[in-house]
Amino acid sequence: MQRTGAQLRVLQRLPQGGTGFATLCREWSAGRQTLVIGAAALLLFALAWEAVADLALVDPLFISSPSRIAVVAWQSLGDRDFWRDVKVSSSEFLSGYAAAILVGVPLGLATGWYRRLNYLLGPSIDMLNAVPRVTFLPIIVVWFGIGIWSKFAVVFLGAVIPIIISTQSGVRTNEARFLAVARSFGATPLKLFTSIILPGTVPFIFTGLKFGAGRALLGVVVGELYASIAGVGHMIAEAGNSFQTDTLFFGVLLFTGTGLAITIGLDRVEKHFDRWRPEGGGRR
Amino acid sequence: MTKVKLEAQDVSLEYRQPRTGNRTLALDRVSLSIADGEFVSIVGPSGCGKTTFLTVVDGLIPASGGRIVVDGVEVNKPGPDRALVFQDASLLPWRTVLKNVCYGLECAGVKAAEAGQRAQRFIDMVGLSGFENHYPYELSGGMQQRVNLARALVVDPKILLMDEPFAALDAQTREFMQEELLRIRFEAGKTVLFITHQIDEAIFLSDRVIVFSARPGRVKATIKIDLERPRKLPLKRDPRFHAYEDQIWTLIHDEAVEAAQAP
Repeated sequence: MQRTGAQLRVLQRLPQGGTGFATLCREWSAGRQTLVIGAAALLLFALAWEAVADLALVDPLFISSPSRIAVVAWQSLGDRDFWRDVKVSSSEFLSGYAAAILVGVPLGLATGWYRRLNYLLGPSIDMLNAVPRVTFLPIIVVWFGIGIWSKFAVVFLGAVIPIIISTQSGVRTNEARFLAVARSFGATPLKLFTSIILPGTVPFIFTGLKFGAGRALLGVVVGELYASIAGVGHMIAEAGNSFQTDTLFFGVLLFTGTGLAITIGLDRVEKHFDRWRPEGGGRR
Repeated sequence: MTKVKLEAQDVSLEYRQPRTGNRTLALDRVSLSIADGEFVSIVGPSGCGKTTFLTVVDGLIPASGGRIVVDGVEVNKPGPDRALVFQDASLLPWRTVLKNVCYGLECAGVKAAEAGQRAQRFIDMVGLSGFENHYPYELSGGMQQRVNLARALVVDPKILLMDEPFAALDAQTREFMQEELLRIRFEAGKTVLFITHQIDEAIFLSDRVIVFSARPGRVKATIKIDLERPRKLPLKRDPRFHAYEDQIWTLIHDEAVEAAQAP
């Protein structure tokens, strides 16, 4: 039997002799190289940024600095307007993204499975995929106004397409031999779908969800920058217009953090669904 | 003569190659019958349509001519009376061993608790106790084939259709699995139609060996294997075994040469 990834990692971390503190540190960091190196690089960047700003090599008005951003972040925690912005942006993201999943996954499954349905809808989906969806923003604002609904629409449009396309290709790549197994055991169409098509498509669905999350976030930002009355994107736009670079960077970091959190969260859920797969070389 | 379990009457299969549009005759009026409890193997040069014949018997591909009769009733689609043991184990990778073995029962609408119990019996029979919650990728090729076999046995088919199940295994594992198959078959008491390209495997396992001609597949010869059971691997050293090997080898060799010389 093959060694699992976990076993291999343990083997690589075998003590190299000695029990001193230095050895302990070495052992600890050996298993966490990506974390240690990555964190060190980020820390170094932040320090350099702070230095450049504090030494006034560049006017902090233009580039702000980590400490200034931290101060703004701290103040925002007690600011009601800030929380309203967060709430508006989150509801735009969540509602649009959720709607995209609810529509995109079933539509992707259906167009992947029924050839004729794909003939019907395929060209429209391809066209929507080809055009950057933010292009529709002006007309969306005409239709839905500058409130939350225009953002909902652009988030939905951005996320739904990658979810449909990825799900669809997942259904199409289902292996013929598994379909033969199902048919040989006399599976009903419903059973065939739930036992073969769906599980085989799950990894593709997750790929679509990850792409979709990125597009959804993009929709929130662009939508709010373009025309809005509230939201974190709105906050960034306002801050930019009034040279409040500290607030501006804080907003940018908020979106960065949100994007990262979503990706990590989806990875976790995917791992749960993916436990039947050997840990591939690409993963580690 | 005991009761006939499975009968193929003049089964032909012609198919159209979708890419080139050419028509190919894969099976040409194949007629054979298998008695209740009999173990019959089909051997033949590669490409002779033996696997195709098995898929027709299972009902996955409809025959273009002739009939497949099981217990006196004509069949033309997959049914619970036949179970296919696939060539590459074709286990569903997202299911554990237990859930894979349960698959056929689930399709037949058997309740989960009962399916689990019945599956467990066959998991034990094929010697995989303790591996119920493993995923296929955690098993060796031989173990995967055991699961494949258990998955077919658990639905209690009248006939087991086995499509070169040991072809991908290494030589030692294959011989071991042949002995295991005879034991399991004896315990489960099944009629078996077995496809293989290995002559010694066919002789060792079977009551009768049917030799197919090169494409289009036809029944070229039927050889009754008069070797006592239970059989153990040393039987393969027996002079009578070698005589059967020679006989069948010559039959296939002629076909293979003919096929190679065909335009």
